[in-house]
Amino acid sequence: MRSTEILIKNKTGLHARPASEFVKAAGRFKSAITIEFKDKKINAKSIVHVLSAGISAGSTIVLTAEGEDEQEAIETLTDVIDKFEE
Amino acid sequence: MKNMKIGVACSPGLAVEKAYILREPEIPADLGSIQPDQVEQELGKLNGALEKSIGQIEDIYRKALQTAGTEEAKIFEAHRMILEDPIFREGMENAIKDCLLTAGHAIAKTAEEQAAVFESIDDAYLRERAADIRDIGNRLLYNALGIEIKDVSSLNESVILVAHDITPSLMATIDREHVKGILAEVGGATAHTAILARNMEIPAVLGASGILSMIKDGETLILDGGKGEVEINPDEAKIAQAYEKIEKTARIKKELRLIKDIESRTKDGRRIELAANIGVPSDTGKVLEYGADGIGLFRTEFLYMDRICAPCEEEQFEAYKKVLRDLDGKPVIIRTLDVGGDKEIPCLNMEREDNPFLGYRAIRICLDDTELFKTQLRAILRASVYGNELIMFPMISNVEEVVKAKKIMEEAKAELERKGQEYAPDVKVGIMVEIPSTAVAADLFVDHVDFFSIGTNDLTQYILAVDRGNTRVSHLYNCFHPALIRLLKNVVEASESRKGVFTGMCGEMAGNPLATLLLVGLGFTELSMSPGSILKVKKIITSVDTAYAKRVAEHVLGLASAEEIEAYLKGELKALGLDYLLEL
Repeated sequence: MRSTEILIKNKTGLHARPASEFVKAAGRFKSAITIEFKDKKINAKSIVHVLSAGISAGSTIVLTAEGEDEQEAIETLTDVIDKFEE
Repeated sequence: MKNMKIGVACSPGLAVEKAYILREPEIPADLGSIQPDQVEQELGKLNGALEKSIGQIEDIYRKALQTAGTEEAKIFEAHRMILEDPIFREGMENAIKDCLLTAGHAIAKTAEEQAAVFESIDDAYLRERAADIRDIGNRLLYNALGIEIKDVSSLNESVILVAHDITPSLMATIDREHVKGILAEVGGATAHTAILARNMEIPAVLGASGILSMIKDGETLILDGGKGEVEINPDEAKIAQAYEKIEKTARIKKELRLIKDIESRTKDGRRIELAANIGVPSDTGKVLEYGADGIGLFRTEFLYMDRICAPCEEEQFEAYKKVLRDLDGKPVIIRTLDVGGDKEIPCLNMEREDNPFLGYRAIRICLDDTELFKTQLRAILRASVYGNELIMFPMISNVEEVVKAKKIMEEAKAELERKGQEYAPDVKVGIMVEIPSTAVAADLFVDHVDFFSIGTNDLTQYILAVDRGNTRVSHLYNCFHPALIRLLKNVVEASESRKGVFTGMCGEMAGNPLATLLLVGLGFTELSMSPGSILKVKKIITSVDTAYAKRVAEHVLGLASAEEIEAYLKGELKALGLDYLLEL
């Protein structure tokens, strides 16, 4: 299992287009991927879950992946979030 | 039955076909429960419904890419993501396993619950997604219950599509070859469906309330999209007449095609540029297809709609660059952001206003939010090196606004220079003339601008104090009102007093063949319209000389009412043998 803490810096947060890009990217991995945010565990492969969580700019999330491609998943998804910054 | 004025004329043209009624399927009120030993069977049904729905959405997505463009197709990408959502699926499976519901019941319950969650959050974006989830829920439910979803993307025979509501997404995927007309109980001329219908050149009548109770599936209809009329079960003579008219129209359209590559000049050689109005970058195909001389109005609002944060410079730059490149050196007038309190633009956090058309909109917002404005200006300026670009500011009501807007543009240029980014140094700057104060005092602006473009839709409603969306006063709205024509004359004369300054028009009047003689006579040198009107207007321009057009304009200026003016112009076109263009 691998985990990392990420600060959401882009203006939109994990919402709208960024959210769907993130979920699409997460869906490509075999590992189970979760986001911990405000004591909630969110399935990172679920667009409805991620959208209803309301992860806004300035939030800190913990991204966790568990499975055969966990290392790659964490790296890729961290990258996806970093690229949101405009 | 006699001809009925039944709804709103949304897309011109005539159609005679059988009605194809698209009814929303009836769902049993009680979707039922199951015994524990039926769980596996219902899970199987759910799985089947999901697979079938994903297949359908993929087909629709591909179709939408072709018929409606990439932006329209995106809605179906979102639908697919919801169908593949693990939480959504888990919710439905649990409803079957734990609550012992039928697959259909589980789908309906889960979709409604999820839609309600999104709706309860105060967020415009999520509210729209709630509608997506209901849409998807319905599709799944129909598939689970084995109800055939009427698919109008490929039909075997020509029809007129009749429904309570024809959503933009349904419209985007219709069979363009076989759907000859659109008739719906809801909607109006500005509805997205109406815009799509006009783009696809399919006659449409919307807002025809109660129509479903009057028409049976398979009955023959004559639909007149230009008049908002429909005739049910017409007699043979009427049908023959309508067919004849349709054929004549097709023949004229074919003839008009022949002048596509002919330059738009009067007989004595006066050049009148005929440009197109566009709303999204993918519209350029249509612009070139009709032989437009350029783009006289590129609305940039689309970039700001349906999203949470304003578009970044890079995204805007790419959109503008594409249009300039496609137009390959022909002029492109880009209008800076024009939104107001009548449209919901989540990323701009605009408040609802009692009087949005007299409120906080367009340049008034941009001059306050200079960062928003400068981001757009930098993107527009950077795109300028890819073609012949002009910039236009909307909703200008006094000279100070132009001075301020140009000052902010200079700041944007300085920022680009600091970053070493290129822009064309000689980009022309103009303003929309749509507020009466600017039209009356046009002479005060000529030292500050390179061109005027008259927005007749707003100018007419402002000078006549008529909200044309208000059916009780909309009959007073008429762009041939003598007061409006005097304003047009005033603006053109102001621009003619300064060398190098020109006046164009980008309102609906520019594409109305009834106005062409008058506008040429008044001295307009550029007319911008929806691409489908270009050839009609060109036909008139190439058939007359300037001296005649001037006499027409002078005569019009002596008439006292819009009715007299319209009747006179119709008479002139008839004398020229060109009045058939009014019926297209």
